[in-house]
Amino acid sequence: MSLLADAFTILAILAGIGFFAAGTAGLLRFPDTASRLHALTKADHLGLGLVVIGLLPQAGSLANTLRLLAVWALVLVASAAAGPMLATLTRRAEPET
Amino acid sequence: MSATLFGLLGAALVGIGLFGMLVGTQPLMRIVCFNLLGSGVFLVFGAVARRGGGAGFAADPVPQAVILTGLVVAFAATTLAVALVLRLAGNEDEDRH
Amino acid sequence: MIAGLAVDVLLAAGSLGLALGVIRARRVFTAIALFIAHGLLLALAWVRLDALDVALTEAAIGAGLSGVLLLAARHRLARGGSERTTEAPGRVATIFIGLGCACITVALGYAVLALPKPAPGLAAEVAANLAATELGNPVTGVLMVFRGLDTLLEAAVLVLAVIGVWSLAPDATWRGTPGAPWPAVTDGPRALLARLLPPIGIVVAVHILWVGADAPGGKFQAAAILAAMGLLVWFAGLVRVPPTASWPLRATIAAGPALFMAIGLAGLAVEGAFLAYPEGLVKPTILIVEFVLAASVAAALALLVMGAPSRDAPP
Repeated sequence: MSLLADAFTILAILAGIGFFAAGTAGLLRFPDTASRLHALTKADHLGLGLVVIGLLPQAGSLANTLRLLAVWALVLVASAAAGPMLATLTRRAEPET
Repeated sequence: MSATLFGLLGAALVGIGLFGMLVGTQPLMRIVCFNLLGSGVFLVFGAVARRGGGAGFAADPVPQAVILTGLVVAFAATTLAVALVLRLAGNEDEDRH
Repeated sequence: MIAGLAVDVLLAAGSLGLALGVIRARRVFTAIALFIAHGLLLALAWVRLDALDVALTEAAIGAGLSGVLLLAARHRLARGGSERTTEAPGRVATIFIGLGCACITVALGYAVLALPKPAPGLAAEVAANLAATELGNPVTGVLMVFRGLDTLLEAAVLVLAVIGVWSLAPDATWRGTPGAPWPAVTDGPRALLARLLPPIGIVVAVHILWVGADAPGGKFQAAAILAAMGLLVWFAGLVRVPPTASWPLRATIAAGPALFMAIGLAGLAVEGAFLAYPEGLVKPTILIVEFVLAASVAAALALLVMGAPSRDAPP
């Protein structure tokens, strides 16, 4: 049972790392700010989500589970708010792109 | 091992911050570099704290508490410096009118 | 062991690279953005150094509040367009400055490598006396009991900093509202954050303050979170800050240090030493001081970020 949980953790975190790597690659390689933001928020949402889901079986207690979920939820809110703000600023700064 | 590595990083940050502070031309840039210098000093002290761990503590709590105090005082100094820079810029405005 | 070392090397290299990026940056905005990222990496470095209390403070104050402060200042300067710049040193002077700084780094690095083994420390003394403080977190024990005087002086420094910043107000806004006022926003991400996060942030801050007695956390971390929540509401223009002439505002900032000092003097009268806590009531006394200090420090931190009363129009 614990072997299964460990395997799940490793798989989910590896998948999460994959999204983070893709997001970072996008941040470095994409040509304009809007698509870079797109790559970054994807990494935040999915990558962190997968890491959190992977860690859930290891949390040990309900309180820790809730803390992990709260971290994910707060990052979702923060990046959902920061994304549009940055996009608006960019549109003001580079109106033609 | 981490203690020595981060202690050396702290030493490097002190040099980098001091250099930026001395050759910088924009006041805000110099304030940022002052903060780099400060974080270097804290890291060197943190290395001392980590090495001084014992008696069941991973790191010596006395330097840790002093670093905590130092971080808050450095922040207070930064706000005062920023307020001075803003006031100086404002004064120049008044001179021009 | 190897994995830990790899993480350390990555963190150190990243932090070093970002610091070099800061001094190479052409634009102040770039420098500040890199500095914030650098602060967050440093917070992780503090975790690796087993200094969780410092890590929380570095993330909240070193990266968070400092970043907001610097970005807001850059914004105001960029619009005013009248930042005073100094002349850059010449090529030869720059080389000598670089050499001098490199010497300091080498000397410090040598000092780090030459630290005595076994390392001297006060960990054993703290461990031996921590039971008397009725606290479980040794750092809180040092802050509130063993080096209580430092903490009292630090709280006083924050009050002095607020006085210093406020006294930089120009005549026209003397005794006015701190900072440049922000217009109220009713929708968009800023309003969403200002409405959604403060209730959560206040719960997290009280939690961090409460567990600070036995686990990493405490009044400075809690105060930084409270200050951030206040600033969030302020940036959305949803709150009116009282003018600097307001006595309730001044009392809020001074209450924490004043109470701490009063308890210190009471200790002198009752127990015979400044900042000696009454026997049997050590933990309740510390908790009361921590709660009042947290409120005062939070107010001071938020007001320090807002800055002096100003006529600048917000964006």
